Amino acid sequence: MKDPTITPEIIAKHGITPDEYARIQGILGRDPNFTELGIFSVMWSEHCSYKNSRPELKKFPTSGPRILVKAGEENAGVLDVGDGWAVAFKIESHNHPSAVEPFQGAATGVGGIIRDIFTMGARPIFLLDSLRFGPIEQGAPGAAANRHLLAGVVSGIAHYGNCIGLPTVGGETWFDETYAGNPLVNVFCLGVLRHDQIARGAARGCGNPVFYVGAETGRDGLAGAAFASRELTEESREDRPAVQVGDPFREKLLLEACLELLASGCVAGIQDMGAAGLTCSTCETASRGGTGIDVDLDLVPKRETGMTPYEILLSESQERMLVIVHRGQEDRVREIFEKWDLPHACIGHVTDDGIMRIRAGDRVVAEIPAADLTDQAPVYQREAAEWTPPQEVDISTVPAVDLTAALPRLLAHPTLAGKRWIWEQYDHMVRNGAVVGPGSDAAVFYARECDKFLAASVDGNGLVSRLDPREGGRRCVAEAARNLACAGAVPLGATDNLNFGNPHKPEIFRQLRDSVEGMAEACRAFDTPVTGGNVSLYNESPAGPIDPTPVVAMVGIIEEETHITRQSFRRAGDSVWLLGDRAAGLDASQFLLILHGRKEGRPPQTDLEAEVVLHQAVRDAIRDGLVRSAHDCAEGGIAVALAECCLSGDGLVGAEIFLPDDERRDDESLFHEAPGRVLVTIDPADEEAFHDLVSLCRVPVRKLGTTGGTELVIHLRTQTWRWPVAGLFETWDGALGALMGTVAEPLAAH
Amino acid sequence: MKFAVLRFPGSNCDQDCLRTLQDTFGAHAEPVWHKETSVAGYDVIILPGGFSFGDYLRCGAIARYSPVMAAVREAAGRGTPVLGICNGFQILCESGLLPGALVRNRGLHFICRQVHLRLENTTSPFTRAGRAGQVLRVPIAHGEGCYLADEETLDRLENEGRVAFRYCLPDGSVAPEGNPNGSLRHIAGILNGPGNVLGLMPHPERACEERLGSTDGQLVFASLLESALTAVS
Repeated sequence: MKDPTITPEIIAKHGITPDEYARIQGILGRDPNFTELGIFSVMWSEHCSYKNSRPELKKFPTSGPRILVKAGEENAGVLDVGDGWAVAFKIESHNHPSAVEPFQGAATGVGGIIRDIFTMGARPIFLLDSLRFGPIEQGAPGAAANRHLLAGVVSGIAHYGNCIGLPTVGGETWFDETYAGNPLVNVFCLGVLRHDQIARGAARGCGNPVFYVGAETGRDGLAGAAFASRELTEESREDRPAVQVGDPFREKLLLEACLELLASGCVAGIQDMGAAGLTCSTCETASRGGTGIDVDLDLVPKRETGMTPYEILLSESQERMLVIVHRGQEDRVREIFEKWDLPHACIGHVTDDGIMRIRAGDRVVAEIPAADLTDQAPVYQREAAEWTPPQEVDISTVPAVDLTAALPRLLAHPTLAGKRWIWEQYDHMVRNGAVVGPGSDAAVFYARECDKFLAASVDGNGLVSRLDPREGGRRCVAEAARNLACAGAVPLGATDNLNFGNPHKPEIFRQLRDSVEGMAEACRAFDTPVTGGNVSLYNESPAGPIDPTPVVAMVGIIEEETHITRQSFRRAGDSVWLLGDRAAGLDASQFLLILHGRKEGRPPQTDLEAEVVLHQAVRDAIRDGLVRSAHDCAEGGIAVALAECCLSGDGLVGAEIFLPDDERRDDESLFHEAPGRVLVTIDPADEEAFHDLVSLCRVPVRKLGTTGGTELVIHLRTQTWRWPVAGLFETWDGALGALMGTVAEPLAAH
Repeated sequence: MKFAVLRFPGSNCDQDCLRTLQDTFGAHAEPVWHKETSVAGYDVIILPGGFSFGDYLRCGAIARYSPVMAAVREAAGRGTPVLGICNGFQILCESGLLPGALVRNRGLHFICRQVHLRLENTTSPFTRAGRAGQVLRVPIAHGEGCYLADEETLDRLENEGRVAFRYCLPDGSVAPEGNPNGSLRHIAGILNGPGNVLGLMPHPERACEERLGSTDGQLVFASLLESALTAVS
């Protein structure tokens, strides 16, 4: 088959601007052929080159004493956790593919992030996910389509994670009309390795053979990276070939084979074939190694016949790796691949001329300086619109509602409801490490390999980010750090997923810029360098862009097993305390959104200095053995946080609470979302020690009441509200299953 | 006493079983690759959970043809205890070492959670450390764990005391609310005729440490170790 002639239309179809085309001509000293144009188009897509976001990403703090591999150096960053051990972790999105084909889109998203981790030489040990969908309630516009997306995404994650044997131990899921037609699927993976096991994605050693291993290449996922760098339209369904099909069994074999291979000492460099497949892996390894690479496409294992070089290079077939092997070790390498029944082939070798040379037999089909392809990618400083701060909510415009009814309504809303319907579909117990599994502030995982207790939390708040992107950025980082503190952990580092609309729009670029600046500021405050992450732009459906949704996953370490703390009330008779007493209005609250349909207000601002002190106080109290449970007050305010403490343990525990008079309206006092607040329970015998300790830290602290009974009772001034916890549990735990039409299997434990 | 933990392509609870045996019980346990043709020298054979061969055809349907399975069948015939957990149970049913079949859960979803089990048999090498009617809290994690067999087989299993574990409520009573997957007669685990082959869907290896929420699964491994002691003395 003859390649098409390059015309301005073909160039435009590849998403290459006239300026970029001129740059390509400059690099090559000639016109590119069709295959080369395809290579440039995927390598210079936002997904691979970060051309629109790179100047912003530079604002993140990326160094620190624990950093072993920095952000951007390799597939994932690596952090020291002590005793010669390290963790590699990263979050990645698969939003566009999931919008078009939720099951495979989400499944291959899981596969991709797992490969990023074992490519580093790490044994993956757990996953987290952060999901966003449109409304699923009866009668909501598009509810049936959104339910289809939720069901598909959850079963896709379950399919891949369960089969490969990696537990999804935590996450968060929100529902809002802004995500209708453009769901967000962000998946985090963490792996452990010894310092001396860090593998590099560099093609080193002229003459070293280059092996292809894993699934055969097909036409699936053609140019998916370019697809992900466009807005979703009515016609996106026709892009279904850009979505790949996942094979978790193949990936399990690939994972075991690669770890065995890396342990054998035969490997000079290793790189997964993710976005932009063979193209990206060959030119990136050569670029990192300061070498060239010579590959023959005729030798690539294929599952279809008649594939053109263009198709082979741009295919995003899953479960494939590129391995550069020390010369002379070829037989040992083949033996390992054969043990694991994996297709493999030696497809080329490393050269010293800096050229990525692609051949089809004797015919050279592409010849590009490898370093230029990665380093000369265009970088754009996009234009940012001016920001007009939002108006504060005038509380007199918010009609008073029956608050006894309001709490169950909030708890029944899919965003705030219990997520058991989701996480019971994930094998969250495999690998015997989920000490605190899904449904607490942070997950705590016992990494047996290195005898360490790791904590992780993933957070984002699109509502706050929409109203005040800078605060949204600070807020999600502070919440993740607070969640770790509540579990008893010291945060070590973070990975970010930036989900935004089209950055060519000045309004969107402003959201991106401000969000990153807010996140960077907070990461500095908590001393948590960003070890890498993912940028997902062009999240727009025909209805418009999504609310800006930066998501952060933070990893921490818990020094002693006895420090591990859960969010749920442990027993009756403990006293309930609030740390970080703050008042605020209903601005940017779930209460205002869910009960009044208003996405409004000036979000209460995160005080980073106060947060740092608060987290330290919580950890100190935990280390002193004074804290029985600790829970972050976040979405839904203190009333929802109290309910979660009552409902999320192994058994239900009621409480009687006396809220302080904050001179606000009742609905504000119960449901405002001022950040920087933590609910803890204390053994009455430890009250004095606890009070002394936190007062010394200068953290505002107040006793609210006592746990026990079968009701959650809240007193405020002359008012009293009562909710039987059994009823709240039924509402909160059953809501999601009821909405999904398949009631979750009943729980016998309660 | 030496345990073999079989490793099929796609097994993913092999490490959990090995570590539990080694770390919690100090037992001698080794992985055995599915292409091996002998299991000589092992006193207990464990088929761990996971997705052998991706479970792409039918759970366990391909693994039964692995070379090691001929040796397992032979060892089972000689009376060696064989324990199949989750996917291992499915493989044992596909191999004909246990009767019946495991099909899609009643609710159609994969379910991972703690469940309660009632111990029904206390004479097998896997359960002798327990007492009849004892209630255990052990997790499940499967999409296809609904146990089916014809009425005649079910009656025979009951009459011969070969139902080892039944799903139940925390108080030990048997009711539909306690049955997570729709298994007939609430069956969670069964024995072969001679009682030396046990298949169960719940994961006892995930309930052997306090930090994981339950130590009730220790009963199975403790029974096996006790059986060995009895055999020696």
